[in-house]
Amino acid sequence: MANARPIHGGMPSGPGPSPGSSTPAAPDLPDRRAGLRDGLLGGARRASAGLGALVLLILYNVVFNADAFLTRQAFNINATQVATIVIVGVGMTLVIATGGIDLSVGALMAIAGSVAAMILLSTRAPWDIPYLGGALAIAIPILVAGAFGLGNGALVTGFGIQPIIATLVLFIAGRGIAQVITDGELKSFREPDWQYIGLGRPFGVPFQALLALAVVAVAAWAMRVTTFGRYVLAIGGNEQAARLAGVPVRRVKLAVYAISGLLAGLAGLVEIAINSASDANRVGLNRELDAIAAVAVGGTVLTGGRASVLGTLIGALTIQLIRYTLLTEGASDAVARVVTAGAIVVAVLLQRRRGS
Amino acid sequence: MASAPPAAIAATPTADPSTPLLVMEGVTKSFPGVVALSGASLRVGRGEVHALVGQNGAGKSTLVRILTGAHRRDGGTVVFDGRPIDFRSPQAAQVGGVSTIYQEINLVPYRSVAENIFMGREPRSFGLINWRKMNRDARALLARLGIRIDVTRPLLELNVALQQMVAIARAVSFDSKLVVMDEPTSSLDDREVETLFNVIRGLKADGVSVLFITHRLDELYAVCDRVTIMRDGVTVDERPMAEIGKLELVARMLGKELGEVRREGQTGFRDAGRRAGSGRALLEVDHIERGRALQGATVAVREGEIVGLAGLLGSGRTEVARVVFGADQIERGEVRFGGQPTHFRGPGDAIRAGIGFCSEDRKVEGIVPHLSVRENLTLAALPVLARHGIVDHDRQREIVDRFIARLGIKTAGPDQPIRELSGGNQQKVLLARWLCLDPKLLILDEPTRGIDVGAKAEIQALVDELADGGLGVLMISSEIEELTEGGDRVVVLRDGRTVAELSHAEADQDTILAAMAQGEGQAAAGDGQAAAGVGVPAAVGGGSA
Amino acid sequence: MAATAPPLPASEPRADAQADRRAQLGSLVQRQGAILALGLTLLFGWWRYGDNGFTGSYNLTEALRYNAMFALIALGMTFVIMTGGIDLSVGAVAVIGSVLAARLSGEGVWVAIGGAVLAGVAVGLLNGGLIAAFRIQPFIVTLATLLAGRGLALILSGNATVSLSTDAFTNGFIELSSRNLGRVPLPAAIAAVAFVAGSVVLNLTRFGRHVLAFGGNEEAARLAGLPVSRTIVAVYALSGGLAGLAGAILAAQTFAGNPNEAVGWELSAIAAVVVGGTLLTGGLGSVWTTLVGVLLLGAIINMLNFESLDPYWQQVIRGLFLLVVVVLQSRLAGRRRSVA
Repeated sequence: MANARPIHGGMPSGPGPSPGSSTPAAPDLPDRRAGLRDGLLGGARRASAGLGALVLLILYNVVFNADAFLTRQAFNINATQVATIVIVGVGMTLVIATGGIDLSVGALMAIAGSVAAMILLSTRAPWDIPYLGGALAIAIPILVAGAFGLGNGALVTGFGIQPIIATLVLFIAGRGIAQVITDGELKSFREPDWQYIGLGRPFGVPFQALLALAVVAVAAWAMRVTTFGRYVLAIGGNEQAARLAGVPVRRVKLAVYAISGLLAGLAGLVEIAINSASDANRVGLNRELDAIAAVAVGGTVLTGGRASVLGTLIGALTIQLIRYTLLTEGASDAVARVVTAGAIVVAVLLQRRRGS
Repeated sequence: MASAPPAAIAATPTADPSTPLLVMEGVTKSFPGVVALSGASLRVGRGEVHALVGQNGAGKSTLVRILTGAHRRDGGTVVFDGRPIDFRSPQAAQVGGVSTIYQEINLVPYRSVAENIFMGREPRSFGLINWRKMNRDARALLARLGIRIDVTRPLLELNVALQQMVAIARAVSFDSKLVVMDEPTSSLDDREVETLFNVIRGLKADGVSVLFITHRLDELYAVCDRVTIMRDGVTVDERPMAEIGKLELVARMLGKELGEVRREGQTGFRDAGRRAGSGRALLEVDHIERGRALQGATVAVREGEIVGLAGLLGSGRTEVARVVFGADQIERGEVRFGGQPTHFRGPGDAIRAGIGFCSEDRKVEGIVPHLSVRENLTLAALPVLARHGIVDHDRQREIVDRFIARLGIKTAGPDQPIRELSGGNQQKVLLARWLCLDPKLLILDEPTRGIDVGAKAEIQALVDELADGGLGVLMISSEIEELTEGGDRVVVLRDGRTVAELSHAEADQDTILAAMAQGEGQAAAGDGQAAAGVGVPAAVGGGSA
Repeated sequence: MAATAPPLPASEPRADAQADRRAQLGSLVQRQGAILALGLTLLFGWWRYGDNGFTGSYNLTEALRYNAMFALIALGMTFVIMTGGIDLSVGAVAVIGSVLAARLSGEGVWVAIGGAVLAGVAVGLLNGGLIAAFRIQPFIVTLATLLAGRGLALILSGNATVSLSTDAFTNGFIELSSRNLGRVPLPAAIAAVAFVAGSVVLNLTRFGRHVLAFGGNEEAARLAGLPVSRTIVAVYALSGGLAGLAGAILAAQTFAGNPNEAVGWELSAIAAVVVGGTLLTGGLGSVWTTLVGVLLLGAIINMLNFESLDPYWQQVIRGLFLLVVVVLQSRLAGRRRSVA
């Protein structure tokens, strides 16, 4: 019933709405469906708007655009473009589920890209041992991005800084750091083996699409069956209660920002592998916005406490297909942006309608 | 001081003064699935302080929300000041002469006192705010309530009672004929309550009516003229305060006969006192100090006993619980658990040692509203239920099913979000959260606050049974009956210090109240005064939620 | 407004009061601190770069000319943040403004400025309308208008930089940026007037007090019958209008409307507001400390220009500066906590 959540719910500002001393409106035994809704089908149901839109988009393309759409090429284009959004979006989903936000992911992609490029171009890397150099060029950049993510987490947990501000620091500084690493230059490289993560086509499917699916699968599984997943939701749902129930709030939050950083690092590597070059000014540009948009369209509540990793996948695909459809219909990239923005607003509106 | 006449304080009757100010009759209201009101009535005379009492769920809040325009009624009539009314919003009610003081103070903390009083109606000259006039008028209004404060200070620098006064000043500045106070005393201490009562008496003298909602019986007798009693959505009685005794009032609220109340006792506890003293020492809190809140509190709990912890708000009750649970750290003193000094760095350590803690505020510190009953119930048990971080779903289901059955939790199923459960059932889930860990010590902070009578007795009986089974219980409560009937021993805190430790036999209402109010030394001398004093919570039908 | 009374937040009043008090003190200390830091920074600049012209009138004039745009945007952002909201769309609005102003620059100076400001107000009305009517978080709404706004700017510009009309060099449009009143550049004078007006609005009008009341306790503001929706819409419209104006100045300053300019301005503006000590949670703040924040950030960037650093170091140092500020801010609050 009457439920006026403060509209500025983005900032963690204490207790949510609660009935007065004796609101008689909450019946003891609501119908069973209500209970099942949030439990079993939760994620899929909340993402249903996104799912519906996705199905419509696919149908539209199949009916009116079959020649172009039902080709391996079109599939590859879409899969390639959506992969990094999905990878980053999964991390963002976890962060948002704890009631936070991570604005730094785009910048972290650039940092990871710069580090990887420097390793690939370095003459001191152990190139004589097979695969070791390439492995280092994957592991070190991801770990560096993860460490920065951990730093975000430390600002949030250790200093009690609002996530939007804590991650704003790296949003501003991160791209600069990436350029400092590459001395402000565009770093081109050619390492076909290494670039498999961006250019490989196992079974004809872009490698990074499989990578993104794997990330989604692991994250969805983890949210479902691990204590970590419960802790994430409990913290986002009621941090104080979680703390008093013995949930290691600090550690979980640190982990969530670190994971977001690690995944951003991974996405950054995919992107530079595709481009055969690392341009610190461009790698991961606006990716934080895409990721947040995917999370929102996917039905994860932006105030925390609920999360749907599969929803984020659906959201990312929806946004991607909106863009693809518009572009193939001859609309400009600019129009696509406007429509995407509209999609986000509609998704959040629907969420609000249906929410508690 | 400024001597300008206050904006408007005396209500000028526009209708025949002999008729009641407010007449609500046959009011009905249903919410989806629930009939909240089925024929409620309420009459408030002019210049009268009128009490509205009833258990949780009796319908008083719904009735008040209809009066103040927060809800729309389904049927019935409301006549205010001689005219039928149907307020569409709290603002409309305010303009129409009905102001409401809410339980939680609804003012803006960073803004000045004067701004809060005149918020939305700031006096202006030439289109710009006239700060001098605003401050002058605010000062004059507060002076009429007997309050002298610097009205340019931000509200947050005042104590809660003064903030209430500012809210009241705001209410009367609307030329209100009726001021509704919804549990205004729930966060006030004795002295502050007395100040509030003086203001209420002042309003009454000015011809303003007050509708006063409270769970604390003594307050009714201290300040109210008449009382309306509600039960199950219906008005069951309306009488002058002087003509109804406490016991009868309770009986009417509960729908029981007088003798029954006396015979049965008012709680679900049965075995207190019979267990005394056999178990080994479990928890020893030894002269702990922390800031101003704790200044030498000492409490001990043995295995298999319930220790009641009594004290007024701010006496350090909750702080003791938080320290024992590792949520706060102490500066001096020692806490021993099972004979060993504890060094809990957080609740996690305490939980592993075998301690559970049900916080006073279920909504803020207990439930995770959107998560299911199952997840809420097993939140603390996850480390035990998981291997390598992966939750064992079969064991989880088994535990949840067992505790839902054992505690009689009424739910559509373990997957139902906990927010959809009633207060009593939420509390049972939170109890189960700890019980499934098989703790040695359970700390309960106001375990039955805001819970309906049925669930309350069940929870009390459960705690009783658990103690019989060897669990040590430290039970904080504002309800005297819970302490006298439930505690094998009762420890009384005052100003962060332990002032009395009473055996079950010694712990009667008067002794506990006296110790809470004056401390042990003066307990005997102050007996009568304390029992008659106002604001000492002898609550019935659920405390303030 | 719906006729249902929302349930009241069941918070522990005393704990809340303590947190509020801490926030208030922290904000106060920080505001003093920001002024002190500005003074020290300028002093340091004079000592270190004085000989290179840091305190020379040319440098000061040009720095003011450039930072005036940020000041205007930060002023609007201050009002938004005081309601507890946030406006991420201001950078996008500024480029819409600059593209529109460039397109209209041949039609006369007032048409160009008016077009930019009106476009900004329109976006702000959309923001505020969505936030007030549907109770969507400001963060999301303005994120969407950021995306859409950038797209719209590209559409309006035909995906290319729009040069000023040749008339703009004679009809006075470029003077919007280039003109000096005495030694004060016109943009800085405009910003100064805007800040004076902003201060008057905040302190002496009901609207201003309602902004602060709403940010301090939304529920109380609603129950007091304040025109909450109107206040929200007005605040975002104000922010949009000021961003549009900044966009017009940008067009006059760069002689073009470039749809890819003003990237990250929204975050610079937020940083300036935060550095100035306005509470991000709303309800407490001052327009003057935002001005101090803008000048402080501007001075630091300006000093960096005197070092022969690559431009990307600017980003790093700006980020570090924000880091230091927010950490100090939290330390301040932390110290209060242990005292209380």
